[in-house]
Amino acid sequence: MLSTSLIILIPLLPLLTFVLIALAGRKYFPSLCGILGTLSLLTSFLLAATVAYDYFFVVGKVGEVYQQIIPFKMTWLQFTPNVAIDMGILLDPISVMMLVVVTLISLMVHFYSLGYMKGEERYATYYSFLGLFTFSMLGLVMSSNIFQIYIFWELVGVSSYLLIGYYFDKPSAVAASKKAFIVTRFADLGFLVGILVLSYYAGTLDFQTLITRLTTPTDQLHSIMAASFLGCSALTWGLVLVFIGGAGKSAMFPLHIWLPDAMEGPTPVSALIHAATMVVAGVFLVARLFPVYSISCPTALDIVMWVGASSSFIAAIIACTQTDIKRVLAYSTMSQIGYMMFALGVSRYGGENGLGYMASMFHLFTHAMFKALLFLGAGAVIHYVHSNEMKDMGGLRKLMPVTHLTFLIACLAIAGIPPFAGFFSKEEILQAAFNSNKAIFGIAILTAAITAFYMFRLYFNIFWNKEYHAHGDSHGGHDAHYGEAPFTMKFPLLFLALLSIVAGFIPFGKFVTSDGKFLLTEFHPTFSIAPVLLASLGIVIAWSFYKKESAAPQKMADGMSGLYRGAYHKFYIDEIYLFITKKVVFNLIGRPAAWIDRNIVDGFMNLLADVTGKISFLIKGLQSGKVQNYAAYFFAGVLGFVLVFIYLWT
Amino acid sequence: MNDIGLLHFLFVSCALFFIGVYGFLTRRNLITMLMSVELILNSVNINFVAFNKYLYVDKLDGLFFTIFIITIAAAEAAVAIAIIINLYRNHKTIDVEEADSMKF
Amino acid sequence: MSASIIIFYILAATIIGGAIMAVTSLKIFRSAVFLLFSLIGIAGLYFYMDYEFIGAVQVVVYVGGIVVLIIFSIFLTHGSGEDMKRPHLLRAAFSALAAIFGCMLTMYFIMNQIFVVSNKAAVEPNAGNIGAQMLSTTEHGYILPFEVVSMLLLAAMIGCIVIAIKVKVPAHEILPEKGEDELIATPDNLKIEGAAGNEAL
Repeated sequence: MLSTSLIILIPLLPLLTFVLIALAGRKYFPSLCGILGTLSLLTSFLLAATVAYDYFFVVGKVGEVYQQIIPFKMTWLQFTPNVAIDMGILLDPISVMMLVVVTLISLMVHFYSLGYMKGEERYATYYSFLGLFTFSMLGLVMSSNIFQIYIFWELVGVSSYLLIGYYFDKPSAVAASKKAFIVTRFADLGFLVGILVLSYYAGTLDFQTLITRLTTPTDQLHSIMAASFLGCSALTWGLVLVFIGGAGKSAMFPLHIWLPDAMEGPTPVSALIHAATMVVAGVFLVARLFPVYSISCPTALDIVMWVGASSSFIAAIIACTQTDIKRVLAYSTMSQIGYMMFALGVSRYGGENGLGYMASMFHLFTHAMFKALLFLGAGAVIHYVHSNEMKDMGGLRKLMPVTHLTFLIACLAIAGIPPFAGFFSKEEILQAAFNSNKAIFGIAILTAAITAFYMFRLYFNIFWNKEYHAHGDSHGGHDAHYGEAPFTMKFPLLFLALLSIVAGFIPFGKFVTSDGKFLLTEFHPTFSIAPVLLASLGIVIAWSFYKKESAAPQKMADGMSGLYRGAYHKFYIDEIYLFITKKVVFNLIGRPAAWIDRNIVDGFMNLLADVTGKISFLIKGLQSGKVQNYAAYFFAGVLGFVLVFIYLWT
Repeated sequence: MNDIGLLHFLFVSCALFFIGVYGFLTRRNLITMLMSVELILNSVNINFVAFNKYLYVDKLDGLFFTIFIITIAAAEAAVAIAIIINLYRNHKTIDVEEADSMKF
Repeated sequence: MSASIIIFYILAATIIGGAIMAVTSLKIFRSAVFLLFSLIGIAGLYFYMDYEFIGAVQVVVYVGGIVVLIIFSIFLTHGSGEDMKRPHLLRAAFSALAAIFGCMLTMYFIMNQIFVVSNKAAVEPNAGNIGAQMLSTTEHGYILPFEVVSMLLLAAMIGCIVIAIKVKVPAHEILPEKGEDELIATPDNLKIEGAAGNEAL
């Protein structure tokens, strides 16, 4: 049933679109590029849906367990008989799930961009970048080899860089793209070292073999456990380093600083890359190696848990104070990904213990839907208002009814109000946290309440609060004649809103579990009461603060001025980084290195050049241009040679 | 000193050669330098002919080399004088010390 | 002391004396004439060795061709009667020392060298034999070098013309200070060089 050529087509179609548009489309048919990209993505999505159906319902299950299937594999670089970098496709529940998510969200974004990006000067280029990104992301989730995943990982980073810097005439966009690139590259260094450590000890780069060797008591496992560095085993180090790579991509604290700035890109791009797909790559990576983490090295998993929980909490607090709506969404993304991370962290392998794993993947799935919806809705608002700032908005509910409704649905979903998708996945996560670690559970439930608060702060500020006044003063009310967004933008909103409502009812435990077996998730109504109540409380507070213009929020902010200012300035983490890089790294490392380079390395070369120059200056008198001098040297030389050859040579 | 042998010719040739060398190194006039070169070539010719005469009477190769050297000397003289005349046109002198622009 | 020996010493004295005078005389024309004597002496030496053909070639090419060519070029480049510049003393001393040292060294080697004399039957070095062997295509024939040398002469002839010919400069490009007493490559001039080539052949 699973046809290899069709599966290969899923990532190849976006690649083809990218190549075609980049080579020919931009020049010869720029206005058709959007439709071309959308159609190719539609095909990809349909194929991915077929593959998912086949996998989950027809061929994937052998007995009671979902198998890992490798429909395609070829050796790409052979280093030694045992170590090779392969290019292959690995299908298992999470990769198939990611296939569907990526193609679906990408399709929605392609479709949405038809309206949103209309009339942009580099419209075709935009679509080619989207194609490149989609290809890389699909390649990433289907990788069968840890080095292959690294290659696609970097490709994803490049396309993210290109798309963040799409408005390259804006200095802030250029700075943001550089920041995103450098920060994630920094993290990827950890990933690379982690790959090298793991593959060195496991003696393979192949995922399946690597996981098998590092989870069952083999020689490889013993050697990697025995090797230790700074008190931790090589296995721990390798896994933590791999996690650092994932944390960089998934914007985990303290490597999250690039994500809010990445909102300089076009809004659909934020929806696709910085909310739904690329940023969950870190979660995906940990999930991919989850057996190794959970069976062989729970220490590393604890690190994942704490990093995830702290990111989740910190981001939620920061999100309460931001005024740029996309930044609020960015911090909310970071917070939700933190959720997924600590859900993985509290989980263990197999059976009931694997609840967190399942919950994390479930949340990844639902989060992709409603976060993409939030971003696309925010995009529609920005499209209408021409501003990212909350103070320019307010009272839009009458003017944009569709956007209003869908945005509300998404907010309810992320706040965890039943029966929307977020409720179910969040419940599972909280359940898993409750079962294993009460402290994490406390943080999680607090974060859930804060989430509800800041999402509804956003919602009320955009759609309620004050009356809307078009701020384009010179041609007053010019925004209004745009009307609400065109159909191409409304359709993805409605479609994703529908998914946000129904996605929660998917019995996820049947499909995606840590060991591939069926996991029955019990629904405890009593357990859900507390989180739902807390979330409702958050909503009510937001309602009372922001439904009408009032002084209450300001009072509140003044009341907690220290905390408020800290959160508003994102806890000065950017400043700390700048201090470390500028003051510490540049002064203590950069300057001495520059001094060494300038004076010792260059100095040595200059010395060589100077000596050569001086010597040649000294002997240039020999090159007098006087023929007879040359003849005299020549003659003396000949006589010398005669003597040498006759008396010394024999 | 009873009879004239090979050595006599070689001594003459040798003296002639070094006289030519001396002239080449000391003369500042290009034409006289050319004359010195002719002397050197002639000393070589004497050698060839003398060796042919006293060592290899059964062969003629020494003579052939002499003839070729004479030919080439003629060609060389012609080219050299063309160059000298051209130099004279450009520099108004054929003093070799003056023609030293080909340096560093 | 036989006449043969006396003749040899006279010839040797002519050659070496002429050569020394040719490289030391301060008057360039005298220098050329002494060179002429020296070359004639060398021709005499060839006749002394019974190589009439080579002697004749020496007279025709050197005496009749090259020396005449040199004398012509002297006429073209020098005013009559003026002395040439003296050589630099230091260099003259160095050159003399080097030449004498080299000469001594060479003579020393010559005297210590044992020459092996071929005892095969002699070949008569007349023009007929020389011509036959030079133009033969057999193992000891010199036809190939002969042709190469003829090509060389052709190249030298063309080269002389190219080097010495006066480039025709368009009138507007002539600078004022040029063209006053500049040597002009006349047809005569070229004929001389061409003649040298022909005679050499």
